[in-house]
Amino acid sequence: MIRFEPRTSVPLALRIGVPLGAVAAALCISAIPLAAAGAPILRAFALMAQGAAGSVFACTETLTRATPLIFTGLAAAVAFRARLYNIGAEGQLYAGALAAVAVGSGGVSAPAFVLVPLILIVAALAGALLMLGPTVLRVKLGVDEVVTTLLLNFVVLLFVQMMLEGPFKDPMGGGWPQSAPIETAGSLPVLLARTRLHAGFLLALVASVVAYVLIARTAFGLAVRAVGENQAAAGFAGIEVTRVMVLVGVLSGALAGLAGASEVAGLKGYLTADMSRGFGYAGIVVAMVAALAPLAVIPSAMFIAGIFIGADTMGRTLGVSNYIADLIVALALLCVLVSGLFLRFRIRFG
Amino acid sequence: MQAVLDIVIAASFWEAAIRIATPLMFGVLGALLCERAGVLNLGIEGIFTAGALAGWLSVYLGCSLWTGVLIAALTGALFGLLHAVLTVPLGLSQHVTGIGITLFATSLSYFVYRLSLPSVASPPTIQPFRPVHIPGLSDLPFLGTALFGQTPMTFLAFALFAIATFILYRTPLGLAIRAVGENPAAVEAQGLDVTLIRMGAVVAGSILMALGGAFLTMSAFNAFFFEMTNGRGWICVALTVFASWRPGKALLGALLFGAFDAFQLRLQHRIGGAVPGQIFLMLPYLLSIAALVTIARGADYPKALMIPYFKGQR
Repeated sequence: MIRFEPRTSVPLALRIGVPLGAVAAALCISAIPLAAAGAPILRAFALMAQGAAGSVFACTETLTRATPLIFTGLAAAVAFRARLYNIGAEGQLYAGALAAVAVGSGGVSAPAFVLVPLILIVAALAGALLMLGPTVLRVKLGVDEVVTTLLLNFVVLLFVQMMLEGPFKDPMGGGWPQSAPIETAGSLPVLLARTRLHAGFLLALVASVVAYVLIARTAFGLAVRAVGENQAAAGFAGIEVTRVMVLVGVLSGALAGLAGASEVAGLKGYLTADMSRGFGYAGIVVAMVAALAPLAVIPSAMFIAGIFIGADTMGRTLGVSNYIADLIVALALLCVLVSGLFLRFRIRFG
Repeated sequence: MQAVLDIVIAASFWEAAIRIATPLMFGVLGALLCERAGVLNLGIEGIFTAGALAGWLSVYLGCSLWTGVLIAALTGALFGLLHAVLTVPLGLSQHVTGIGITLFATSLSYFVYRLSLPSVASPPTIQPFRPVHIPGLSDLPFLGTALFGQTPMTFLAFALFAIATFILYRTPLGLAIRAVGENPAAVEAQGLDVTLIRMGAVVAGSILMALGGAFLTMSAFNAFFFEMTNGRGWICVALTVFASWRPGKALLGALLFGAFDAFQLRLQHRIGGAVPGQIFLMLPYLLSIAALVTIARGADYPKALMIPYFKGQR
C-alpha cells in the first residue's frame, strides 16, 4: 500500500533535486524514440550536449535561443503564480514583434538611446494589451482564459501574415512576406563578436531579476501569491483580487511582448510569420521546470534552449528528425508535473 | 444579398457544412463527456493530431479503413488514459496537464510521421472513405446530396451522439458520469468508485477526440499535413461551453459552426479579391471567442469541473 502524506515544509535539496530528476527522467524516456529512429543512444546524447555547449559558439547559440524563452517563461511563471493560465504567449510574442517593426523599421527616426527603449515599450504594450482582453473576460465574466488565449494565438498569427502581405511588407524583400528591417539605431547590439548573442539576453536577465523582486519581495508579489493559493481567502483578507489578476495579466503579456521585440531587434532584424518556433508554448515548460520561480527561469530556459540547439546538431549528424526536441520538451513538462507530487507529499510504502 | 441566398440554397453548401462539422461533432462530444465527469481535457488538440496520424498511417501501411479507425481510437484511448491517470488519481492541474498532453501527442505524431516517411516532398495519399450510396435516400432531390451524400464516419458521428445522449440521460452509468462531475462525494456515498468513473469518461472522451482527428485524414482529406488540426480542438472546448454541456446543443453548435465555416469559404471565393484571405480565416476563432463570451454569464458549469476528488477527503 502506498500512502501520500502531505509535507509541511520542503527541504531546499528536494526543491532543486526533484525538477532535475524529472528532467533526467524525460531524457531517459526520450531514449525510446531515439532508439526507434535507429540512433546510437549514448552518442546521440553526447552529440546533443556537444551541440548545445561543446564550444564557445555553441554556448552563445544556446544563450541566444534561451533569450525569448526566458521572456515567455517569465510570462507563464508570473501568470501561473496567480493561477491565471496565460497560454497565449505565442500570440503576445508576435504582437510585440509587430509593434517593434511598426516603430523600428522606419516608423520613427530617432537616435538609439530613444529608439531602442521606444521599441521595447511599444512591444511590451502590445503584448500587454493582447492579454488584457482574456484577463478581463476571465475576472469579469468567468470566461476560461486558456481557451481564449489559445484561440487568440491563431488570430494574431493570421493578423501578422495579413500585415506582412499588406502594409508591413518590405518593398525590397524580393516578394517574400517579411517586414522591412529594423533600423540600425533600433537594433540591439551584438554582445560577442562573430556570434549572434545580443543585448536582448541581458534584458532577459534584468527582467528575471525584476520579476523576482516583484514576486518575492513586494506587497504586490504577496498579493499575487495569495490569489494563486486561495482566491477566496485572498479576497477575505482584503486583497483586490480583480485588480491583482488584471495587473498580472498585463505584466505577463508585456513580458511575452518583449520576447518578440528582442527577437526582431536583436536576432532576426525583421519580422516573418514563422519567426517563433513555438517559443510561447515552450515558455510554459520553462516556467514549470523552474517551479514558477523567476530566477530559476534562467537556467530552465537555458536547458530547454540547449535541447533545441543540441537536437538540431544531433539530428543533422545522425539523421533524426528535429521534432525529437519538441518531444523531449513535452516529456519534460509531463515529468515535472508528476515530480511535483514528490514536493507536495512524502510517499510512504507499506 | 442575392449572393448570400445563392450560397445557402445550394445542396452542396449543406453537404459541406455537415462535412466540416463532423470532426467538431466528434471533438465536442468527447470534450463534453470528459467535462461532464469533472475533468477538463485540453489534450484534445494533440489527441486530434495523434488520431489523424494513427488512422492515416495504418491505412497507408496496408490496414483497411475501419481498422485504421480502430487504431486511431486506441491511440486516443492511450493518451486519454495518460491524462486520466495524471489528473484523476494524482490530481494534477488539469490545465497544465492538458497542455502537456497536447504538446506530447503533437510532437510524438510529427516525430513518428518523419520517422515513417523520412524523405517525401509531397504528403503521400490514401484512398479515403467515399460517400455511401443509400438506395432511395441518396437519390432524393435536395436532401440526397446535403444529408445522405456523406461518408460513413459522419453517420458514425450522428449515431454516437444519439448513443451518448441515451447513455448520459437514460442509464445508471450516465447518471453516475453526470454525478461525478457535480457531486463526487454523493457518488462515493452510493458505493461507486469516483476515480474509475472519471477515468473511464476521460478515456471514452479521448477516443471520440481521436476519431475526430481520424476523420480529417481519412474522410475529409486523404493525407496527413503538419498543423492540419489548426485549433479545431480548442474550438471544440469553446463549443462545449457554448452548449452548456448538453449533447443536443453541442450537436447544434457543431453544425452551426460547420455551416458558418462553409459559408465563409464560399463567400471568400466570391469576394476574395477585395478582402485579405486571413480575415476569413480568423472568423472561426473569433466566432468561438464570441460564443464563449455571450454564454459565459449564464454558463451552468458542472459543479466539480476541475476539482480533483480524493477518497475520504473533504
